[in-house]
Amino acid sequence: MTPAAVEAPVREEARETPEMKRPPARHIQRFDAATRRLHVVIMVTFLLLAATGLPILFSEAPWGRALAMLFGGFQGAGFVHRVAGATLLGAVAWHVANVFWRAFVRGEKGLFWGPTSMVPQAKDFVDFWQQMKWFFNLGPAPKFEQFTYWEKFDYWAVLWGTAIMGAAGLILWFPVAAAAILPGWMFNVALFVHGAEAALAIGFIFVVHFFNGHLRPEKFPMDLVIFTGSLSEDELRHERAAQYERLTRTGELDGMVVQPPAEDARRRSLMYGAAGLTIGLGLVVLILYAVVR
Amino acid sequence: MRMGPGLWLGGFLLLGMSAGLEAGQAKPEPAPADVKPPANEDCLACHEDTSSARADGTSVAVNPKVFAASLHAPLACVDCHKDLEKLEEYPHPDKLATAECASCHDGEGSKYHDSIHGKARTNAGLNVAPACGDCHGSHDIQPPKDPTSRVARANVPATCGSCHEGIIHKYDAGIHAVALKAGNPKAPMCIDCHTAHDIQRADTDAWRLSVTAECGTCHDDVVDSFRRTFHGKVTELGFTRVAACADCHGAHDILPASNPGSMISKGRLVETCARCHAGANEQFVKYDPHPNPRNYARSPLLWWINQFYTVLIAGCFGFFGLHSLLWFRRSRRNGAAQGGQS
Repeated sequence: MTPAAVEAPVREEARETPEMKRPPARHIQRFDAATRRLHVVIMVTFLLLAATGLPILFSEAPWGRALAMLFGGFQGAGFVHRVAGATLLGAVAWHVANVFWRAFVRGEKGLFWGPTSMVPQAKDFVDFWQQMKWFFNLGPAPKFEQFTYWEKFDYWAVLWGTAIMGAAGLILWFPVAAAAILPGWMFNVALFVHGAEAALAIGFIFVVHFFNGHLRPEKFPMDLVIFTGSLSEDELRHERAAQYERLTRTGELDGMVVQPPAEDARRRSLMYGAAGLTIGLGLVVLILYAVVR
Repeated sequence: MRMGPGLWLGGFLLLGMSAGLEAGQAKPEPAPADVKPPANEDCLACHEDTSSARADGTSVAVNPKVFAASLHAPLACVDCHKDLEKLEEYPHPDKLATAECASCHDGEGSKYHDSIHGKARTNAGLNVAPACGDCHGSHDIQPPKDPTSRVARANVPATCGSCHEGIIHKYDAGIHAVALKAGNPKAPMCIDCHTAHDIQRADTDAWRLSVTAECGTCHDDVVDSFRRTFHGKVTELGFTRVAACADCHGAHDILPASNPGSMISKGRLVETCARCHAGANEQFVKYDPHPNPRNYARSPLLWWINQFYTVLIAGCFGFFGLHSLLWFRRSRRNGAAQGGQS
């Protein structure tokens, strides 16, 4: 993302904003404020959950106790873990309720099916196949819609993971209450599933999501769109050609133009994102150390 | 001069008196090399007499046969009773210095010094706390290998129990005492958990956590499965708020689950779990505190869940790992062409 790359389309659009000497590129809204907030809540709680849960998952690792002591020992870490877990559960529950409210109360279209839906479409499988061919230089990169197949996987992984982890976590949090309806061996199942899902989620988020969303060469060191909410028109055209063509065709694109993020907001996003990436990758290093040792 | 002769006399008397005083104050010269310390026979001349006693009537008799049969038989009396080495006058005073075992056994001595028994004696002046001789004996001292020794494995509980009477009865009722009495050399007794010389308070975190490892010297697969539980993981991290072995199985009076008196017998499980988990019921105690997802016979359900997650995790990481690698490779090759796109 060199300055030249950003400025290239700027000159094209210069006539639209004559009052500015070097007007920025047209920016297109991708994530609304609620979605960005949801990502921040998930990010912060996920990092806290990982940092306070890993000492238990890797209790035999030499760093286990030190990491727990960072939160005031196992009780302090347990408290942070429960607060973060409850917050994450609440945030995801709010999101699901919000989607249903948008669909059934506000009558919003395209949430459950179609090009703007998170539900996998036939196009996603075609995209995946094309992407494979592109990886091997056997064809052009696919023209993605609003959400790519890996983004949909991320989305459903969070929903699925939160539901499973949340259910197991609540059983472990309130075992006596759970025993009113569940047999005690469900605590064994809950602990095992909580740990296995945690390993899956931590590995997936801190390696796969970090790479797909941020660290891959096209985005390195990170894609700020989830923090700032918008991306340049040029970026949208290249990365999500199908969405761009659809929006242009329907004329929706002009209605999605927003002010580019202020330099200040960009810098703050970069800082928060970098902190998240650093903590996540730091935890990955600890896990690798514990596994390899 | 009137005073002449008197002065001479006075001077003479003063001189004589001071000489006499000096002679009276003078201590015996340090024993020259030719003053031999008393031999064991010299001591036994008095102490062999079974009626020999201190002024207060307590016996000071030593049975030469017992001493000759003891581990310390090659030693001289004065090797331990060091303040008698230079003795010239008999009988010697009633009060002698305490035998310093640590002068030879310095390792054990320093451990004992920092132990709860040592601290009780030296810091608190609690003179009922045991010193070396209270456990090992004195003139009849025997190595632990000797079955007659007070510190032989089979005899240690009785030795400790001579003070800790409340505990010895509990221990004797437990399965480990039964095994010990049956001659099982691995059966744990007092010092396996508490150690012999550096005994610590039993309510310290460090000590409580160390006991689990001791249980694991025999019950290794049981401790291994315990480590897979929340209890086992939290204690492994060094925190003691959750249950370790003794919290469910008892400490001194451990009984097998088949015994109705056992803390983990069917009839008492709810009570045992409810000690921490207030409100635990019959459903609650169906929890398995020693699961092993890799052992189908022990935990069939967990075994299947383990298989499922192994495939899921390997599949997910394998698929997306490869996906990311291929993408990275393609993007790097593509770098020049697409470098300016985003």
